[in-house]
Amino acid sequence: MSAKAAAPVQGDRALSEALFRYVLRLADTSLVLGQRLGEWIGYAPALEEDLGLANLALDLIGQARLLLTYAAEIEGVGRDEDALAFLRDAPEFLNLTLAEQPNGDFAHTIVRQWLIDAWQLEVYESLTGSADTRLAAIAAKALKETRYHYRFSSGWLVRLGDGTAESQARAQQAVDSLWRFTEELFTPDEIDERMAAASIAPQLAAAAERWVRRVDEDLRRATLVRPAPQPHPWHGKRGVHTEHLGHLLGEMQHLQRTYPGASW
Amino acid sequence: MSNPAADPPTADWPLFEVFIRSRSGLEHKHVGSLHAADARMAIEHARDVYTRRLEGVSIWVVRSAQILASDPAEADALFEPARDKVYRHPTFYAIPDEVKNL
Repeated sequence: MSAKAAAPVQGDRALSEALFRYVLRLADTSLVLGQRLGEWIGYAPALEEDLGLANLALDLIGQARLLLTYAAEIEGVGRDEDALAFLRDAPEFLNLTLAEQPNGDFAHTIVRQWLIDAWQLEVYESLTGSADTRLAAIAAKALKETRYHYRFSSGWLVRLGDGTAESQARAQQAVDSLWRFTEELFTPDEIDERMAAASIAPQLAAAAERWVRRVDEDLRRATLVRPAPQPHPWHGKRGVHTEHLGHLLGEMQHLQRTYPGASW
Repeated sequence: MSNPAADPPTADWPLFEVFIRSRSGLEHKHVGSLHAADARMAIEHARDVYTRRLEGVSIWVVRSAQILASDPAEADALFEPARDKVYRHPTFYAIPDEVKNL
């Protein structure tokens, strides 16, 4: 499928530029979260969870590959998925700030995963009806994976929250610590508005309502408390990141930076 | 044996046996075992451990403790008597040429 035929942005350079950045946001969120999950391999609390987390990571990296390939075609300056993944610096990454937060303990990883899974459920579900047929096709594939991810993470959230005193305390601590990054998920900027106006991406306000209902219901089942809303000075989707992303990229990009073009 | 759902939580996850149906119409086959806190988690673990390469379309799990197994010490009594009864195999009998469908 040709990118130019799929996207309703032909001939509109400003819209094309906005679409490029929008697709990068989706791609980078999946890529960075997938890289984070990969850090668990060999360290997860049980062999079965080790494989489970690796499966989620591979799904997310697969989504990132499809999205980065599309982004590269939209950009049209000869970069490919690998150039976008391995040769951009932190300020050029447009992932949600939440995705780059360190793994912490298992509860921390689960809460981060659950918050993003619930977000991706809303976003991908809406994108399946996108005016951009390429994006709609990618979203349809990613949605199936995300449904499983959410089943996995929300299941663990309830186990931990409604588990022992120790697991409950850790889960609540993770929710309290990560909640400040959730404001960014549904705060639209000019790119989100442009995408929504072109019927490419969902209106974030409507998706936010569904996300809040879902998250509240899960918290209730997990006997956890939703923290008060907090203002967010982080704007990962605009390229303004916490210090953690630089370290993550240092590890992820090390090989390609040291041996450019290396492959196997 | 009590209902596994009612078992008290333990520090160690119990063992489950996993059965996978590779295609619709085929039977579920035993593929291995894994640890999980309960049946729901066992299904998820089985999905992640045993169906990563598209091995299946359906999963059964059962607590290993709920399987009643034959005693190897009784193998002689259970299985030896069948050894000299080859006539129980249909191939033991010569089929007359006149019989077209059997």
